[in-house]
Amino acid sequence: MSNKILIIFAHPNYESSRINKALMVAAQHNADVTFHDLYEHYPEQMIDVSVEQALMEAHDIVVLQHPLYWYSCPALMKSWIDAVLTYGWAHGEGGAALKGKSWVHAISSGGAAAVYQRMAYNQFSIAELLRPFEQTATLCGMDYLQPFLTQDVNQVTDADLQMRANQYAAWLQDLVDGNLPPAVRTAHSEQIDFLANNLAI
Amino acid sequence: MAAAHHIPDLLLQSAIYLGVAVMAVPISKRIGLGSVLGYLLAGILIGPWGLGLIDQSETVLHFAEFGVVMMLFLIGLELELEKLLELRIPVFGMGGLQVILTAVAVFALGLAFKLDWRLSLVVGMGVAMSSTAIAMQTLSEQGVLQHPAGRSAFSVLLFQDLAVIPIMVLLLILAPGTGTGEGLHIDILAIVKAVGLVVLLILGGNYLLRPVLRYIANTGLREIFIAFALFLIIGVSILMTLVGLSMALGAFIAGLLLADSEYRQELELDIEPFKGLLLGLFFIAVGMSVNLELILQKPLFVLGLGVGFVLLKTGLLFSLAKIFRQRTADALLFSLTLSQVGEFAFVIFNSAADNNIFTTETASLLNSVVAISMLTTPLLMLGYNAFNSRRMNRKDERHDEFEVQRPVIIAGFGRFGQVITRLLNGIGMPPTVIELDPNQIELVRNFGFKAYYGDITRPDVLQAAGIENARLFVLAIDNPEDALATARYVQKHYPHVKILARARNRTFAADYVGMDIECVRETFLSSLHLGEKILRELGYSAFQAYRTTWRFRQHDENMMRETHAMMGDMQQLVTHSHRSRETLANILAKELGTESQPGDLSTGWDKKFDQD
Repeated sequence: MSNKILIIFAHPNYESSRINKALMVAAQHNADVTFHDLYEHYPEQMIDVSVEQALMEAHDIVVLQHPLYWYSCPALMKSWIDAVLTYGWAHGEGGAALKGKSWVHAISSGGAAAVYQRMAYNQFSIAELLRPFEQTATLCGMDYLQPFLTQDVNQVTDADLQMRANQYAAWLQDLVDGNLPPAVRTAHSEQIDFLANNLAI
Repeated sequence: MAAAHHIPDLLLQSAIYLGVAVMAVPISKRIGLGSVLGYLLAGILIGPWGLGLIDQSETVLHFAEFGVVMMLFLIGLELELEKLLELRIPVFGMGGLQVILTAVAVFALGLAFKLDWRLSLVVGMGVAMSSTAIAMQTLSEQGVLQHPAGRSAFSVLLFQDLAVIPIMVLLLILAPGTGTGEGLHIDILAIVKAVGLVVLLILGGNYLLRPVLRYIANTGLREIFIAFALFLIIGVSILMTLVGLSMALGAFIAGLLLADSEYRQELELDIEPFKGLLLGLFFIAVGMSVNLELILQKPLFVLGLGVGFVLLKTGLLFSLAKIFRQRTADALLFSLTLSQVGEFAFVIFNSAADNNIFTTETASLLNSVVAISMLTTPLLMLGYNAFNSRRMNRKDERHDEFEVQRPVIIAGFGRFGQVITRLLNGIGMPPTVIELDPNQIELVRNFGFKAYYGDITRPDVLQAAGIENARLFVLAIDNPEDALATARYVQKHYPHVKILARARNRTFAADYVGMDIECVRETFLSSLHLGEKILRELGYSAFQAYRTTWRFRQHDENMMRETHAMMGDMQQLVTHSHRSRETLANILAKELGTESQPGDLSTGWDKKFDQD
């Protein structure tokens, strides 16, 4: 049984993003992948909750594909999270619609991996920056998987672009086939455990 | 058993009238003669001088006059007092001049031919009248009731209705053997009675009628409501007759009083079929009253007199319309519509004969002349339409030369097209704009906008504008039927061109949806926008107002899709106006049924925050 993949895509001006256009094309060739463009569906920013929830229910893995804007997702994707993951449906009493499904980000960022580190330009790792998403997924009973990162996109050549698109397509196929990336639980990393233990003493 | 073979006269006659109408009118309409001429010919056919199936045209005519009465009731309903006040200049100016000038002209002609002055005067006053029934039917068939020609014609007819009152009084004075003093005596008493009744009617209408109507409507018995409506019209008409006023005027006042009541539409729908049938009967009766024998005795005289009156009236009316600064086409339509001598003339002539002003034979002769003149109107309208369509075609064939072809073509440069054009100019993608109204083109040209003159419904104009190579065709014209027809044409012949349309309303929008054409209802979004502002005034925060309005929009659009699916094939069968009313009723009923809860219009936001 193959997994059904739902890509929630948010990019307010993907027209000018070479990498997202290439990734978009790569994603659309897989029959098991539904590509759902938020800015295309909701230019007025008002999200149709019931439509979105039905989409979520019909898929096994949600891929949030977006550029990194101020260390987070674009505004409409945050709106989407705010509106769609309702109490009683996604979490809280009786809210088990997403239980057992997976949540994973596919992120493009201008900076190279090296700038997202302790003591480096951005001070935090991407995994740390994405913690609000991690906890959101966890609260909804979903597995939060290691993200697919396309970094340093400002300097890519056309050939490089094609290569990354191919990697993305292969990564999506893996998701479909059930070869999932490892789940991430930063709250249980050694460093955190260490701090927690010492504070407890 | 014998009783079973006895058929009541009323039933037999009804069968004859209905049967002949059903046979004659569709044929007449089909071959382009219009329904009025169909009824008239049907009347001649069954009348005493035709097949002789019916010989009491007189009684029928009296009965059928009720069609005219009901029509005036309906006109009153449609008109509000304010609108009527707006019309006072055409009513008294145009109407007054028309009646006086026509009467004086005929009177003078009569004197010139050395006829009795009383006879000349009565004929003059009779001939001044036009047929409300024929004129209104003609105007509505031409679809020009709201146009300048229609409004002027209506004003003149209204004045004529008012003029009947003094004319009837004058007949009493003219009657030989009545002394002047006695005549004056009758005059004053009649006026007091008439004014008293009208005042009573207005007071009663304002304070009594509505509570009674509400009481009756609340019983929920439709037939009782109809019965009351008919009772009201007939009752008022009888009262008016008793004090010597015209029945039609009474019905008109009654209608006017109910014009802004909540039962207006219901009354209209209920009375409409009665009016239609009785008007038809009226025309048949007029046809029956054409005295063929008399005409055959003096064919030239009767025909000549009829045609002469029509020519005289047309000339006078046309000059009047020109004096009141109407366009030539409007003036022509106006004068032809009112060119016949009307049904009031029958009343005036018969009453004059009763008062011994002239003999019954003269009255009968004059009545035939009137009927002849009524026969001419449908024929004249045929001529007018032929002339007009040739003129229109000639005008429409012209269009500006399109010196460039652009990917976007916009039809219509009114309020709608202008905004779109400015937006497209703003992104450096100027469209080709086509507009039918030269004044509009001239106006925007002053501000540097270029619109081409042309009629978009014509295939050659579309072709010249470059539809072949266009990517987008935007329908922004005002006339919804023309827009729909053009959309059909373009979709059929240029399937590669994407059409975007402005839809007049929900019903037209449904048509476009059915054709797979994207459209926007022309006032929907602006109404919602104002609605959003209202919510803000009611204390909603900005975003709350926005999302509530948005939710309503989703709700409405979903509902539109549903009703569209439900109506399906029905669409083609009924007219737009009928469908509009039905869809609206449907939607309102639905919303009433679901008894919308405060939370119904909430979005995910509200749900979340309501419960969190």
